[in-house]
Amino acid sequence: MTSNGKLRIVHYLNQFFGQIGGEEMAGTTPRVQPGPVGPGLALQQALGNSAEVVATIICGDNYVADNLEQASREILALISEQNADALVAGPAFNAGRYGVACGIVGQAAARELGMPVITGMYVENPGAELYRKDIYIIATEDSARGMKDAVGVMVKLLMKLIRQEKVGSPEEEGYLPRGIRFNSFAEENGAKRAVNMLLAKLKGEPFTTELPMPDFDRVTPNPPLENLSKAKIALVTSGGIVPKGNPDRIESSSASKYGKYSLEGLSDLTSETHETAHGGYDPVYANQDPDRVLPLDVVRDLVKEGVIGELHPYHYATVGNGTSVANAAKYGAAIAADLKAAGVDAVILTST
Amino acid sequence: MRLELGRINITDIRFGEKTEIQQGVLVINDAELKVLLADDPNLVGVDLDLAKPGEDVRIIPVKDVIEPRCKVEGPGGVFPGFISKVETVGSGRTHVLSGMAVVTTGDIVGFQEGIIDMSGPGADYTPFSKTLNLVVSITPLEGLPQHKHEHAVRMVGLKAAAYLGSAAVDLTPDQVEIFELGNFAENAVQYPTLPKVAYLYMLQTQGLLHDTYVYGVDAKKILPSLISPTEVMDGAIVSGNCVSACDKNTTYHHQNNPVIRELLLQHGKELCFHGVVISNENVTLADKIRSSDYAAKLVKMIGAEGAIVSEEGFGNPDTDLIMNCQKLEEMGIKTVLITDEYAGRDGASQSLADATTLADAVISVGNANEVIELPACKKVIGNLKTAEIIAGGFSGALHADGSIKVEIQAITGSTNELGFSKLRGEGF
Repeated sequence: MTSNGKLRIVHYLNQFFGQIGGEEMAGTTPRVQPGPVGPGLALQQALGNSAEVVATIICGDNYVADNLEQASREILALISEQNADALVAGPAFNAGRYGVACGIVGQAAARELGMPVITGMYVENPGAELYRKDIYIIATEDSARGMKDAVGVMVKLLMKLIRQEKVGSPEEEGYLPRGIRFNSFAEENGAKRAVNMLLAKLKGEPFTTELPMPDFDRVTPNPPLENLSKAKIALVTSGGIVPKGNPDRIESSSASKYGKYSLEGLSDLTSETHETAHGGYDPVYANQDPDRVLPLDVVRDLVKEGVIGELHPYHYATVGNGTSVANAAKYGAAIAADLKAAGVDAVILTST
Repeated sequence: MRLELGRINITDIRFGEKTEIQQGVLVINDAELKVLLADDPNLVGVDLDLAKPGEDVRIIPVKDVIEPRCKVEGPGGVFPGFISKVETVGSGRTHVLSGMAVVTTGDIVGFQEGIIDMSGPGADYTPFSKTLNLVVSITPLEGLPQHKHEHAVRMVGLKAAAYLGSAAVDLTPDQVEIFELGNFAENAVQYPTLPKVAYLYMLQTQGLLHDTYVYGVDAKKILPSLISPTEVMDGAIVSGNCVSACDKNTTYHHQNNPVIRELLLQHGKELCFHGVVISNENVTLADKIRSSDYAAKLVKMIGAEGAIVSEEGFGNPDTDLIMNCQKLEEMGIKTVLITDEYAGRDGASQSLADATTLADAVISVGNANEVIELPACKKVIGNLKTAEIIAGGFSGALHADGSIKVEIQAITGSTNELGFSKLRGEGF
């Protein structure tokens, strides 16, 4: 708060909007000016009496682009000196480097200072795609002619963030969707909504899907092994095969972890030694003979016969059932790092 | 086919001397019903309880929910292939005990059963907090194999519903709804200008506690097939599954399929309802390809221009959903999909295990990973400890005071993909 009880707002601008100069001044290092500058005047007007733009931090776009981490650290230090209640960055419209700068500064302020942050960008600004998951980015026009509208919408959402009020949908609040899914109760049940959507689609009328399709990663397979008889192989499964009793208590659905288990001294998994923790498939046959999901018996035979060089002495298991893609990717990366460190050449990955 | 559903509004339920309905109050002869239900060599016995809306009661782990009905006129009987002989249902008149349900619980079969809270925050997420419930707790023989256990509890639920339904045979319904649909040729002539719409009804068929039955046939053994909407409304489809509880269709959901209901209500007004194609969700790729090919072909053969596709389950069946969508859209049939989401507890993950850009019209019935705190209830029917192992639960989910913290995945019907409820997933 200021001495007269107003919220303290810090505003971030690039060299151009900060009235230092054009492209020739894009290397300018971060600096602070007291009070509002340039677009800060419109910002102050929109904030009204409840908040005050106490300082403007200005930095050249190239300086940020060329020194991302250092620049964001320096700017963050300047922000934290201001004892601010919130940060406004931009709006950057369709200026790419400026958008990235607003994004990285905003992300750092939100993460490290725990501060409400708002910025604004045109939807195609590269900064939008990079930072929309981390901070609220108001959708703006592609040039500064949209300044007045943008600032009004930014301030409205900023005040909600400062007051910790419930933030509405992207359509209601004007921000770019962050890709975070929340539940609410609709007016009509899902079946009625489906029939209405189908009627609109059949008539060629506009409709909005409730779940935009995700962009899928495509994983390019690695080249095949040159010589299996020299290779070290590991067994990994999302089918939930764990030592009997499920010592890590891996969940039957929506697993919060994976387990790493020794295969030392084992050549065959049985209903005495192992079981499945998985709740998403018929467990009877896997529990009768866990080799059906984690084929240890066959791999031991193949090692004996010299077909496979060596078996990694641990297996890794999680439960794929209801586990979010983000968590699955996290466990996958951690398991891969462990296998890599152990010199494993290839993995037999079984799913269910 | 023409089906009359005569609804008898049940305003209260209680145990008493004789099973009958008196001015809307269902009296249940519990002693007689217990003897009937326990008549199975695989069971030690059953217990009966009542759970009413607003009561401080939690039912866990829930296996199935069934609406009691009886056949009054026309061919066939209730739950053909299980309770009645196999004969085509879906015409004549059926009486419904409206506002109540049979709920089955007892020892856990897999990890897959659900929770029904009759009051508190959890009650908003399940439709069965609003029904007057006869809860049947089933105790199997010790060591009973899981497949037999599942069969036994499924039959107990159906038997109990049929027993209660028979109390309505001679009553005059409070309301009678009439549903009628001609054959494809008649429809096309009658409504030449309305868009022809089909419903592709995906049935969960992944194995133990993941099976669905049509006239008693295990649906993983069928090729996709045509069925009349009134046959579904008249009990031709029975649930043998409840994993995960949030998005599996209970028998009650099948009996009251809201997509079928909505399409019948709009038939002749906004659209021409051309038929229902049932398909399955088997686990092998060959089965998925075969079933989606066959189902899309049937939708095309009946001349539909648009189709609603409802999934049952998640993950593996996302593949079936996307295959169905892709094949229909490539045939020029416009689709709307109904699915739920697994976007992680923070909602930040990608929601589905498969995707196609052709799926441009999707109804989301909610993120099943969202976490909810359920305060302790005064009375628990079943076994509260299962909260730690059912799908949606986790180690530490059950607190010392009896409250639990689970994903809504564990709540029966919370993200039902027939679109039975109003929950929705939104992007923020």
